[in-house]
Amino acid sequence: MKIHEYQAKEILRQYGVATPQGIACFSVDEAVNAAKQLGGDIWAVKAQIYAGGRGKGGGVKVARSLDEVRQRAGEILGMKLVTHQTGPEGQVVHRLYIEQGVKIDKEYYVGMVVDRRQQRVCLMGSSEGGMEIEKVAAETPEKIHKVFIDPVAGLSQQQAQDIAQKIGIPVSCVPQAVSLLQDLYRAFDDSDASLLEINPLGLVNGDQVMALDAKMNFDDNALFRHADIVALRDLDEEDPVEIEASKHELSYIPLDGNIGCLVNGAGLAMATMDIIKLYGGNPANFLDVGGGATTEKVTEAFKLMLRNPKLQAILVNIFGGIMKCDVIAEGVVAAAREVQLTVPLVVRLEGTNVDLGKKILADSGLPIISVTDMADAAQKAVNAAQAKPSSCGCQS
Amino acid sequence: MSILINRNSRVITQGITGKTGQFHTRMCRDYANGKECFVAGVNPRKPGEDFEGIPVFATVKEAKQQTGANVSVIYVPPPFAAAAIDEAVEAELDLVICITEGIPVRDMIRTRYNMQGKKTRLIGPNCPGIITPDELKIGIMPGYIHKKGRIGVVSRSGTLTYEAVAQLMALGLGQSTCIGIGGDPVNGLKHLDVLQLFNDDDETDAVLMVGEIGGSDEEDCARWVKDHMRKPVVGFIAGVTAPPGKRMGHAGAIISGGKGTAQEKLDVMESCGIKVTRNPAEMGKLLKSVL
Repeated sequence: MKIHEYQAKEILRQYGVATPQGIACFSVDEAVNAAKQLGGDIWAVKAQIYAGGRGKGGGVKVARSLDEVRQRAGEILGMKLVTHQTGPEGQVVHRLYIEQGVKIDKEYYVGMVVDRRQQRVCLMGSSEGGMEIEKVAAETPEKIHKVFIDPVAGLSQQQAQDIAQKIGIPVSCVPQAVSLLQDLYRAFDDSDASLLEINPLGLVNGDQVMALDAKMNFDDNALFRHADIVALRDLDEEDPVEIEASKHELSYIPLDGNIGCLVNGAGLAMATMDIIKLYGGNPANFLDVGGGATTEKVTEAFKLMLRNPKLQAILVNIFGGIMKCDVIAEGVVAAAREVQLTVPLVVRLEGTNVDLGKKILADSGLPIISVTDMADAAQKAVNAAQAKPSSCGCQS
Repeated sequence: MSILINRNSRVITQGITGKTGQFHTRMCRDYANGKECFVAGVNPRKPGEDFEGIPVFATVKEAKQQTGANVSVIYVPPPFAAAAIDEAVEAELDLVICITEGIPVRDMIRTRYNMQGKKTRLIGPNCPGIITPDELKIGIMPGYIHKKGRIGVVSRSGTLTYEAVAQLMALGLGQSTCIGIGGDPVNGLKHLDVLQLFNDDDETDAVLMVGEIGGSDEEDCARWVKDHMRKPVVGFIAGVTAPPGKRMGHAGAIISGGKGTAQEKLDVMESCGIKVTRNPAEMGKLLKSVL
C-alpha cells in the first residue's frame, strides 16, 4: 500500500525526523490559508499523487507571494499530472501540500528497501539527491552506498555514520544525520514499511539536515496490524477495477491487450499471459482467482474483465488441484449465463475431475471453446480475438 | 534417495486443528506412506486430543520427543505463522514446510535471522510444499498427478508446478522430488539450494526449474549451475509480459527499479548453459530433449 508525501512526513515527524512545516489542502482557498498560517515569504506548492517524478511533470512549484500560491495551486489542483511513473494517461491531482520554503544548500538521497538476497532491510545513500535513484544505480553505481540492518539490533550508530560520511554530509552535521537515519529506520520497522525514500534529503538553512520529500510503501501482508495506516488509503489514487477486485479477494491487474485471462495461481496466470503473447495475441489482464474459487468469485471475475471495452475474447485456464474442475466448470457456466457473455470464451481445464468439468461445459449448450492444453488454448483464444466479433454472442 | 523427504520422514502438522490443516493432513495421510509418516499435530490449546487418530501435542518440542518426528508442515494463519516456524527451528527439526500465505515480511526477516546457524531447513512460506512421488506428500499439491521417476522439479509457484509435472507425465517422465519454494520475497530454500541437493541426489537425472519475475534467485542459481551442476537443467520464467512495479499475485513477483524481469533472468540462465523455453506449454518437451 502507498501513501502521500504529506502522510509519510506526518509519520516520520512522530519519530523525530526533521521536515519543513507543511499543511495538506484540497482546494485553492485552503492552499492560500495554509500559506498564511505557515508564514514566511516563500512556499512550495506540491501535488500529492502516489507516483514519483512530480517535479519534472510540473507538479511542484515555488511561490513567492500569496497570490502566486493561489495561482500555482489553481494550476496544479485538478491537473492531469504525467510522470514517468504514472504512464501516459497521467493521474489527476486532488490534493496539495503547501510547505514552508527552505534554503537548500545540498541534496542527498537516502532510501530503505528489503533486500531479498540478504534478507534484511538495506539502507542506501547517495550524494546524488533529487535524481531518479534507478538512473544513478545504472550510470554511476559507485555513488550508491549500502548497509544491511541487523533486525534485532537495528541501525547501528556506526552504520549510520558510515553512510552519512560516504554521501558527503558535512562533518558538523553528521551527528544530526545519524539520528535522522536511525529515526527513519525505526519508522520503517515499526510501520512494516516495504519502501522508504527521502529524495532529496536536504542540507538546509546552512546547518540542518531535513527530509524534503518522503515516500513510504507498506507491506500489504502486515496491514492487519496497522489500522492507522490503512485509514490513510486514498481510493482516488487507485484503479477502480483493482479496488473492486480486492473486495472479492481477486488478484487483478489490467493490461493493454484484448484477451481476458482467468487463471488459478499467480505463476500459471503469468504464464498464461506470456503464452497469449507468444501466439501473437495480447493479454487484457492478470487475474488469479486463487485456490478456493466459488461460482460467485468466478462471476465477479467475469464482470471485471467485461468492464474492459477492448475485450475480444476470454481464456480460462485452470489446473485443478484442490480446486476441482467440475466446480470451476459450474462457476464458468453460471457466470457466462449471468453476464450474458458476448465475447468468445475458451476454457482449458486440467487436473482433478477434469472429465466431469468438460462434460458440464459441453452440456451447458453455451458456445464454449473447450481445449485440453495450454498451447491449444492460447492459439484458439488468439484466433477468436482476431476474428471479427460476432453480434450474436460467443461463436466458436 | 530423492531429496529432503522420503518414506522414513516423520511429520508434525502445526495448525492441525484448523480447517485447512485438517483437510490437507487427511489428503497427505491418504497418499502413499502418509499413514506411517504423519505422526503428530500441534495446538497449544488442545494437547491430549487427536485428529482422526493423530495425537495433538502442546508444542513442537513435545511432539518431536514423543513421536520422533523430524519434519513439520505449517498451516497456521499469517499473524502467527512466523512464530510457528521459530518454534520448529527451536525444536531442531530437520525441515519445516510453511504453506501459509500472507506472512508479513518483517516477521520473516526476523525468523530468517533466528535461523542463522541452526540446522533446520525451511521450504516456503506461501508454497505448495514438497512431494517425493509414491513415497510421501507434504503440502497441498494434488498427489495423483505425480509418479516416481528421475526428474527433479523446483518452482516458485503452485499451479504452474502442477502444469510442469503434467507435461512431464504426458511424456512418461516421473519425478524424484518436486518442491515449491514459494512466492514470497523473504523465504527459506532458494532455487540454488534445491539444485545443490538435486546435484548430489543419485536418483535425480535432470532438473526442471520454474521461476518468475522478481528478485535475483534464478540468476544466482544459474551462475552456480554453470560452474557446479553435473546434470542437465532446463528452465522457464513466468512473467515476460508482466508490467513493472505491479505485484503479480505473489508478494515476491514484482519488477522493481527495472530489476527482476523475466528477460533478464532468461538471458542469465541461457548464458550459464541452462536451456530455457519462453513457451510454458513446452517445459516438459524441453526437459525430454536434454535427457
